[in-house]
Order: sequence, then structure tokens, then C-alpha cells
Amino acid sequence: MIEIIKQPWPWYVAGPAISLVMFLLIYFGKNFGVSSTLRTMCSIGGAGKIIDFFKFDWKDQLWNLVFVGGALLGGWITSAFLMDNEMVAISNSTVESLTEYNIIPHGYVPQSIFSWASVFSLQGFIMIIIGGFLVGFGTRWAGGCTSGHAITGLSNLQLPSLVSVIGFFIGGLITTHFLLPLIFNL
Amino acid sequence: MKYFKFLTAGILFGIILTKSEVISWYRIYEMFRFESFHMYGVIGSAVLTGIIIIQLIKRVGLKSIGGEPVSFSDKAKNYKAALFGGTIFGLGWAMTGACPGPIYVLIGNGFLVFILVLISAALGTLAYGFLKPRLPH
Repeated sequence: MIEIIKQPWPWYVAGPAISLVMFLLIYFGKNFGVSSTLRTMCSIGGAGKIIDFFKFDWKDQLWNLVFVGGALLGGWITSAFLMDNEMVAISNSTVESLTEYNIIPHGYVPQSIFSWASVFSLQGFIMIIIGGFLVGFGTRWAGGCTSGHAITGLSNLQLPSLVSVIGFFIGGLITTHFLLPLIFNL
Repeated sequence: MKYFKFLTAGILFGIILTKSEVISWYRIYEMFRFESFHMYGVIGSAVLTGIIIIQLIKRVGLKSIGGEPVSFSDKAKNYKAALFGGTIFGLGWAMTGACPGPIYVLIGNGFLVFILVLISAALGTLAYGFLKPRLPH
């Protein structure tokens, strides 16, 4: 059993498993939406004193912080006990395109970009700091991220969620095909 | 211990996202280059299963663990916000290779530099809250 778990999980296991997590949160009387935790953290930090958008009782959202704390813990448990040190099995053409930019795929993220040292390079600053900022800004403007819009919203046949997901792809395609080639050559 | 069940659901979520490589920057890059079915399979099968689950919940009239009927609130019909905000998020998603869920899971996996991604994301949300009255929705 443990040997099976240690293999990378195929999409047809992961997808339904993610919607099981969504179901659990619904059954617990809540909803599945991770980006809301960013707003909650702003509120805890006292942003509600200046900006009305953050003026709410964050204790009502504590369950979601516990949930993402669990997700963090789940990541640690997996890396410590449930992994064969395999390489992410991306396609050959993806590997080739990265090699052109001197990125040798290894592990889960390119270490040459996502490291403490690279934050001080222009490349790393854009990918880590600007990238993170856009994620936080965009998800709240759109009213949800992959969990709230793409999974929960689409599952509940919400048209605004479909529009958001189209937006996710417009942005992702622009970055991947136009911005990353520029950033990688910095 | 009313929070224990949320911790458990979160742990499950973290394990699923790691084992299915959804948290991998390479998978997101590959997805936006249309070079693998993997991410489309994950999201697509999650949505298909999700549609069935939510339809069943509505038909059966499922009650939550606390005994209240489960209800779903419609997403606000802010189509401009959905499109513009969605696009901004997409720009960042393809850079960090992580949407909000995977940011937490990556930190747990020991990629501690994603703590900076998390802080930046919180600052991005803060900036949105500040600019909200002036943005189209």
C-alpha cells in the first residue's frame, strides 16, 4: 500500500480527491477557497483600521487558516514520508524548452530561480516578489483563485467563475509565452 | 477541538497537491504550453466530480455536520473584476508556478523561499483592498 502511495498520483486520482476536500469543507458548513486566507491575514495585521475591506471579524475565518496550516503540514508529511525522490515527469518538449534557458529541470521548482540568493537578482525578484504580489492582487479582485473559482465555482456552474478561469488563462499564457522568455534572458 | 477536522482536511489537501505534482512550477509551465494533459486532467476531473457532488448535495438536501442545511451562495456577478482580476492572477500564477493553495504546500515541502511569495501575495491583497473603490468591478 505504502509503495503505491509513494508513486506520483495520476490526474484521475488527484482531481476527484481534490473535490472530496471541497465536499468535506462544505459538509463542515464552510467553503473551499484558499485565497481568502490572504485577506484574513491582512485583517489580523490590523489593515481594517485603515481600509474597510479588511474590517471584519477574522475569528470567523480562523477555520480556513487552520485548513491552510494543515495543507502546509500535509506538504511536510509527504516530503518526509511519502516520497520516492523522483523527478517531476514533465514532457520532453517542456524539458527542451527549459534547457534553452539554461534551466535543468530538477525537483519541484527551478532552484536557480526560487532560492533566497536569487531574490536579490532582477530575475528572482520578478518571479518571487512581483509574481506573488500579482497572485494576491488578482485573486482578490477576481473574488477567488483556483480553489474558489475553478473548482468550487465551476462545480456550482457559476458564470463569473468561468470568466475568471478564462482570465487565469489569458494571464498565464501571456506570462509563459511573452514574459518568461524575456525574464529568463535577463 | 472544533478545528481538528479542518486541520485533517488541510493535511489531506497538502498530500494530494504534492503527490499529484500540482505544486510543481514545471507542471504549471507545461500546462500553459499545452504540452501535457496532466493539469487539465486534474482540474477537469475535479470539476466533473465537483458538479456531481454539488448536484447530489442539492437533490438530497444534505445537512452539514452542525445540522444546518447546506446552502450555496452565488458568486458576485462582477464580470469585469472576474476578467481583469483573473488575468492579473494568471500573470502571477505562471511566474511563481503556484496559486494560493500550493504556496502553503510548497512551504511545507521545505521550499522556504515561498514564504516570501506568501508575504508578497498578502501585500498584493492589501493593495487590492486599498485600490478597490477605484477599480472596475
